[in-house]
Amino acid sequence: TLLQIGCEDGSVKLFQVVPGGIQFERNLDRRKGRILCLSWHPSETHIAAGSIDALRVFDVSSGQTVQRIMVNYHVQKVQRECIVWSIAFLSSGTVVTSDSFGRVQFWDWERGTLLESHTVSTSAVLSLAVSEKEDSIVVGTSTGATYQFQLLPVKMGSLEKRWVRTKPFQHHTHDVRAVAHSSTALISGGLDAQLVIRPLMEKMQKKGYDAVLRKFTFPHRCLVSCARKARLLLFQFSQYLELWRLGSTDETGKDGEVLPLCRMPEHLVQLKSKGPEHIYCSCVSLCGSWIAYSTASRFHLYRVQYEGDSVSIKKVPKLPKLLLPAYQLQFSSDSSSLFVASARGSVHVLQLLEPGGCKHLHTFQPPSGSPEAVYLLASSADGHWVAAVGGDWAIHVYNLKCFKHHCTVPMYSCAVTALAIHPVTNNLVIAYSDQQLFEFSIPKKQYTAWSRTVQNCGLHKAWLERDSPITHIAFNPKNPSHILLHDIYMFCVLDKSLPLPDNSALLMNQSTLKQLPETARQRQLHAFKICKKFQPLLFADLLDENCLVMVERPIMDIKTQLPLPIQRKKFGT
Amino acid sequence: MAALCESFTLCGLGPSGGVGLGGGLLALEPGPDPDHVLLTDRGRTATLFKVSDQKPLGGWSVKHGQIITCPVVCNFETHEYIAVHDDKVLRIWKNKDINLDKVFKATLSADVYRVHSLPNGGPVVLFKGGGVRTLDVLLEAPQQEIENIISDEVIKWSEAFTEGQQPVLIFATEKHHHISLTDSNDSVYKVLIPLQQNTEEEEQILSKSLLLNLSVSGSVLKGTSFVVVDKDHIAVLGSLAASGEESKECLTIWNTKFQTLQTSKELPLGTSGQLWCYEEKFFFTHGKVLTVIMYKCETSSLAAAVGKLKDSQTPDVSSFVNWNTLGDEELVVSFQSQQSVALKSESKMTLRSKRNTVAEVQPDTLSVGQLLLNLKDASTSVFEDELRQLVSTAQMPDFQATIGCVITALINRCKTNPKYYPRNFLLHIVQTRDLSYSLCPDLMAVALEKKDVHLLQICLQQFPDIPEEITYACLKVFLSISEAYLQRIDVNLESVICYIDIELNNKEVKTEIVENGFNAELEQDMRDTKITKETHRTADGEFCPVGPQKAALLNAVLHSAYSETFLLPHLKNLPAQQAVLFLRYLYYLHVKCSEKINTTLPGIRSPTINQVMDWMCLLLDAHFTVMVMLPEAKELLSNLHKFVRAQVRFYSELNKIEASLQELQRLHHQKDPQTYSIEVLELI
Repeated sequence: TLLQIGCEDGSVKLFQVVPGGIQFERNLDRRKGRILCLSWHPSETHIAAGSIDALRVFDVSSGQTVQRIMVNYHVQKVQRECIVWSIAFLSSGTVVTSDSFGRVQFWDWERGTLLESHTVSTSAVLSLAVSEKEDSIVVGTSTGATYQFQLLPVKMGSLEKRWVRTKPFQHHTHDVRAVAHSSTALISGGLDAQLVIRPLMEKMQKKGYDAVLRKFTFPHRCLVSCARKARLLLFQFSQYLELWRLGSTDETGKDGEVLPLCRMPEHLVQLKSKGPEHIYCSCVSLCGSWIAYSTASRFHLYRVQYEGDSVSIKKVPKLPKLLLPAYQLQFSSDSSSLFVASARGSVHVLQLLEPGGCKHLHTFQPPSGSPEAVYLLASSADGHWVAAVGGDWAIHVYNLKCFKHHCTVPMYSCAVTALAIHPVTNNLVIAYSDQQLFEFSIPKKQYTAWSRTVQNCGLHKAWLERDSPITHIAFNPKNPSHILLHDIYMFCVLDKSLPLPDNSALLMNQSTLKQLPETARQRQLHAFKICKKFQPLLFADLLDENCLVMVERPIMDIKTQLPLPIQRKKFGT
Repeated sequence: MAALCESFTLCGLGPSGGVGLGGGLLALEPGPDPDHVLLTDRGRTATLFKVSDQKPLGGWSVKHGQIITCPVVCNFETHEYIAVHDDKVLRIWKNKDINLDKVFKATLSADVYRVHSLPNGGPVVLFKGGGVRTLDVLLEAPQQEIENIISDEVIKWSEAFTEGQQPVLIFATEKHHHISLTDSNDSVYKVLIPLQQNTEEEEQILSKSLLLNLSVSGSVLKGTSFVVVDKDHIAVLGSLAASGEESKECLTIWNTKFQTLQTSKELPLGTSGQLWCYEEKFFFTHGKVLTVIMYKCETSSLAAAVGKLKDSQTPDVSSFVNWNTLGDEELVVSFQSQQSVALKSESKMTLRSKRNTVAEVQPDTLSVGQLLLNLKDASTSVFEDELRQLVSTAQMPDFQATIGCVITALINRCKTNPKYYPRNFLLHIVQTRDLSYSLCPDLMAVALEKKDVHLLQICLQQFPDIPEEITYACLKVFLSISEAYLQRIDVNLESVICYIDIELNNKEVKTEIVENGFNAELEQDMRDTKITKETHRTADGEFCPVGPQKAALLNAVLHSAYSETFLLPHLKNLPAQQAVLFLRYLYYLHVKCSEKINTTLPGIRSPTINQVMDWMCLLLDAHFTVMVMLPEAKELLSNLHKFVRAQVRFYSELNKIEASLQELQRLHHQKDPQTYSIEVLELI
């Protein structure tokens, strides 16, 4: 419940964490030199702080500096200053530092002596994390490499233990800014926009999802929203939004053909967010007339008007006061209301007024009173229902006609990654992080027969082994049995009218089917029609019955915007 | 065929600024490195050029008042340049030297005619009096006395080359008037100079022979200079004059074998008449520039011209006689040519080597035809001796025709005297001369009669024009002769040595030879039982169904040129057992070829997979019905079928993979560029 903050001016401030915020308590002993990192001793009696050329240990109760260690004491004729980038305070009293000289050092804080020093890199060691048992440390360097240190006996059976650098990994091209040590994996995040989970194989009992190296480039959430009726796309960037009108063609062709465009895509609006805050969520209404977005502290609503080729955008004034931040925004399909998922588990319903106004209509509270933030919303096409998923993974369905809680979908042991309500049947389709799919009838408050069949038969092994979650679900209004799902690497038209594939069948069978004659195809068809042509797939949605929109985000585009990595000499170059 | 390719200007020769300042060029010599030439003008300057860059790399001049009197050459061993100015003053310098006045200088005791530089022999200095010294010897004592060999004659031309490690220098002198190799009667002659050094100091009179008549359909080329391009081609620079028309200067390439003009290039701006040739480039003056023109000269043969040249890999099948001029009137033609030789030999040249090599008068006036007529009734030994001499000394234009006559004479004698068969002599002639079937049609017939398989093998390898009937006859003889008999004869095994294990075979055959005597017919009947014994296992379990000698002979058949339409009727006559044996061998070769990724057998003149396949198809076409009914052929055909089917499947799979890879590549390419596109996507 105490928060310590190290400041550029060399002070360390202690805050009390109170409901809804933090409260300043006191300053610790202030000395010269920036504070770059802090670490609590597990007993919370002391704090270690890394600074320039030195580390300091504070006594929390007195606020006094009880030890000051010059990290360069042992180095002769140092020209540059040494920055202690990261620090960890072990329960044994050992302070671990990583610094800009590429060293990982172990100190006895009471005596002020260096216990061990390991130079792991010629460039800075930026981040450091200790396992819960304090027998393993992971460090990240500015060359993109991560190293594991383990506390191992000097000899087999010996009681004397030492820190040994055991495993080097190179999963990043740029600075590894953050590392974490879970009980079974090393987790690192780099400036190269990658989050890497590297499992420690010696902790793995069997092969499985956890035993595989994972790399994440994109957040597991939708950054694009689509105004299907107006054929617009809204792209969410960290500091601004872009509204584009899709291009069109008046020709048709055969499979694989690229059609000539009769209208080019058009960049309509760029909406810059004021201030340093990142945009957390955004949405455009189906008709394209409303755009809403939220940052950590602000919520904005705009009315967009289209007159011929010109676009005018007007901020809606006097928004109702809501508890922020909003985690998810969703317009109703008739664009008459906006649902705002709040941090406290509630869903606000705002009524949108022409020509550009808004008023608070209702706030749904989960019956359990869960304080977990709502992070996913789905509304029905008929304006009857809205479904909300909170951080406790509970799915609540609310009735919009009588503003009442309708039901809760039975709890499942995994996080919900996407959900949507079918426009015709009002079935809620839910995708979970373990790749399971459920279909829940909202009117009947129960899983559908198809969903039960899926659970009985089980999904195809290849489907369950995919490692990126379904981030968006859409439906084909003209064919109720079609469900469109997509993740980063594929999109899938799930045809409920077709049999489910068993494990002996080929899941990704589209290219095989295309080679088969018509008659032979029928026997091979199954429910999952998967296309992997577009990668990495940021967004896919159905515009109308025969028009899909796909948004790819090439990794190369991201990489070209990265700063240059630190040049390392490789053999022969 | 010869062809002139693109041309470019190396440098200007104009009076203002060009090389030589309008005085013209003295000579062009190869430079120290490839693509470099050394130009000497008729004045004071030598310039080094990089030909491909058309760029001068360096230039050296002697002082005013001095004059370079012979072409500057490069010593290829030391990369030094050697010049002689004012007849007697020798200068040697290197690339880095700038001022010729400061470089090495030696004044000699006699006037220098020319310095010749040999690529691997060091420079040789030829004095105007005919004396010759190597540069090294000369530099030891520059003032040494140089003997005068020619008194009242003037050296007109000299040339140096290396013959078997030995440098040779030839020069031509002129006593009163003109005698040069391009004569005023518009012809080029060939003079053969024996290089063996006779100890006796005698004069030798060399005969010259007409090499080329420079006339094309009425126009006559007045040659001013020529270079020998290769053994069949010469290039002549001269003016072509048709009667009643203005003469045109041009560069021409002639084929001396077929006496034809191969290509020409008109030079409307005129030329100084000088022509040099280095590294497949001609250099000549054209107007006021030095022009470089590249050329290509491929050895031509009639066989190549009419299509079926045997094996393009073997370069020695290149030269064939022009048998259009021979035919039935063979003898008549040779008589005529002999007459012309006799006529030409009137103009003789006296040539002297440094040691005044001796001349042995050889009045070769007796015509071949006459000689042959005279010898008709001579005893065998006299006959053979005379012919041997004729063949070894004959150096005349229609030599091939003469050889044809000789062989005809030999064969006629064989026919009249069944016991006479000069095996080694015939072999020698066929092996050393470029003959054709049409030149001596009876030769192979007699060899077939005598079962001289070695001669037949050589003929099959060398003759480009064997009729299919004879090829078939050879095949039949080869297949019928027993392995044991073949063991005792010398056959060229180079085509099989690389893929059949000879050692193993020898061991096995030794046990065979124990059989006392043999009967070809009997042997043949027993063949089927023996095949299993004699065969050798290849790596994958296939047997070579014939011994190496027989394989080599069959390979010669496989190598010969043929036309299916003409061969097929003959092939149908092949006895079934022999056809099976041959097919078995072809199948063996096919398997052997397919073992390697490049489907080629190792060795010289080994059959190619195409030849094997063609013969296999041909043989099956000819004998299919018989083969199907023959029990011993059944397994072979089935194996063959399996093997071919496996290959077809394999290649079809490879094709599929190729197509898939192409498709992948196409998809990859397609995907790259667009940032926005509307595509058609079908989900089934």
